[in-house]
Amino acid sequence: MDIVICAKHVPETAEAELKIDATGKNVDKTGLVYDINEWDDYALEEAVRMREKQGGTVTAITIGADDSDSTLRKCMARGADKAIRMTDPKFNGSDGYAIAKILHSAIKTLHYDLILTGAQAGDDGSSMVGPILAELLKIPHVTMVKKIELGTGVAKVNRELEGGLEELIEVKLPAVFSVQTGINEPRYVSIMGIRKAMQKEIKVMTLADTGLTENDVGPTGSWTMIETMYVPPVEKQAEFLKGSPEEVATKIAEILKAKGLI
Amino acid sequence: MLTKGRELAEKVGAELTAVMLGKDIKEHAKNLAEYAKNVLVVEDSRFENFNSEAYRRILSALITEHKPVLVLMGHTSYGVDLAPRLAAAMNLPLATDCIDLAFEDGALAVTRQMYGGKVNVKAHIRKAETHIATVRQATFAPLKPTPPANGQITEIALPLTEEIQEKRFIQYVLPTPGGVDITAAEKLVGVGRGIKDAANIPMVEDLAKTMGAVLSCSRPIVDKGWLPTDRQVGTSGKTVKPKLYIALGISGAFQHILGMKSSDLIIAINKDPKAPIFSFSDYGVVEDLFKVVPALKAKVAEIQSKKSA
Repeated sequence: MDIVICAKHVPETAEAELKIDATGKNVDKTGLVYDINEWDDYALEEAVRMREKQGGTVTAITIGADDSDSTLRKCMARGADKAIRMTDPKFNGSDGYAIAKILHSAIKTLHYDLILTGAQAGDDGSSMVGPILAELLKIPHVTMVKKIELGTGVAKVNRELEGGLEELIEVKLPAVFSVQTGINEPRYVSIMGIRKAMQKEIKVMTLADTGLTENDVGPTGSWTMIETMYVPPVEKQAEFLKGSPEEVATKIAEILKAKGLI
Repeated sequence: MLTKGRELAEKVGAELTAVMLGKDIKEHAKNLAEYAKNVLVVEDSRFENFNSEAYRRILSALITEHKPVLVLMGHTSYGVDLAPRLAAAMNLPLATDCIDLAFEDGALAVTRQMYGGKVNVKAHIRKAETHIATVRQATFAPLKPTPPANGQITEIALPLTEEIQEKRFIQYVLPTPGGVDITAAEKLVGVGRGIKDAANIPMVEDLAKTMGAVLSCSRPIVDKGWLPTDRQVGTSGKTVKPKLYIALGISGAFQHILGMKSSDLIIAINKDPKAPIFSFSDYGVVEDLFKVVPALKAKVAEIQSKKSA
């Protein structure tokens, strides 16, 4: 079972206060901590678990600058066997479509039975790379995957629908699965794993290695071009309660009491 | 989506056409005909359950024939499975999860969110004969169409010429029954990523108990296995409407907001003053929840002991 896992190196922003940078088209990344995209983390764990059961290889692939190596090292520390980083200044400004084309250029040269991506990325949240990649490779895809059961030449997968409902479908392999969070519990990385991963090679590919042209990637190769980025206008704002933790606790308790809620 | 589609169609001098795929769905076509000038109904037993490959083939044929300037679909579990594949296969530009759309000088401009709703972007879509966009749920207020479009309903025989081999629907999998029904609770204490560790769950559970509330949570807490699925509020969990919802360390991803915004009173505690949750709350506290929760619990206990005294 040869598995390819596509991972994105993204800033962690769930608890950060974001500012827009001078270009007005991007977030000011100063001080933000980067890590593997949360959805990809689950995809990686799923890939490693399948490899542990079935044998084979796991290849992690990312598109990004040199600093994305830390995400690839994390993949290898968790159990990925090989890593590929696709780096070229011309890749900057690529949307999900251009990203899928770049990934496709590398993956089509590999042997694979299964390709895993995250269901979305925490930065652009476009949820499109998996199905587009599958179309370029002319293989089936399934998104929002919550469970994978491998058979011979097929897989049975649970897809997340709304309201807690899932659907069970059978898919021919090879296929691309976009993995939803919560499919497994990603393991912690051991010190040994990290040490080992530091010694492994990361293969670097540039635009020249992809067979694509400048027009296929970056803004010209994309479907969408960002014009402006801004902090969403606040239509309605909460009334902020101020003071020490004790004071705000008292204020909340008074509100609840006045409304008969306690 | 019908309301927005009608508005966009009127602006560019186009007609709104609604497409329905399914089995035994004709009766619903009348509702769509109130909004759309044309309703195309394609019935086939193979459309009874969603299959992105079957749906893609039919939509490809319809798009090739009708050449719409824009194809809209919901950014739902079905839309995310179908739209990117359809767009790539037809080489048509796609924007996903849009919260607004407009035609500007013949080009399609969309508004979408990034970084979990913390920033908005306005983006232009590459010019093409047909564009595709998926639209976030509950984004546009539905308006009663005046006057009704009185649309023409057409049944289309577009049978799939071949069976779909790549993937096959087997069955729906229902959530495990039992557990706690958070939709029945009058008061909910909701906990999110800000709780940081499973070891901190008892602290918020304690607050909930003291208040006579039920503990619920956002998606990351269930993903991490810290609380069971039946506690999850949001589009992939439950939609709740309690008298009181206290959001602790929940930033307010739209999937969560859609599940709780109709609560009577919403109080949010979050460290990030720009957390989207504050735009949907009646009261907000910008503070570390670990400092406020114990103080609040003590205060509530004090008030209750006075009451019972």
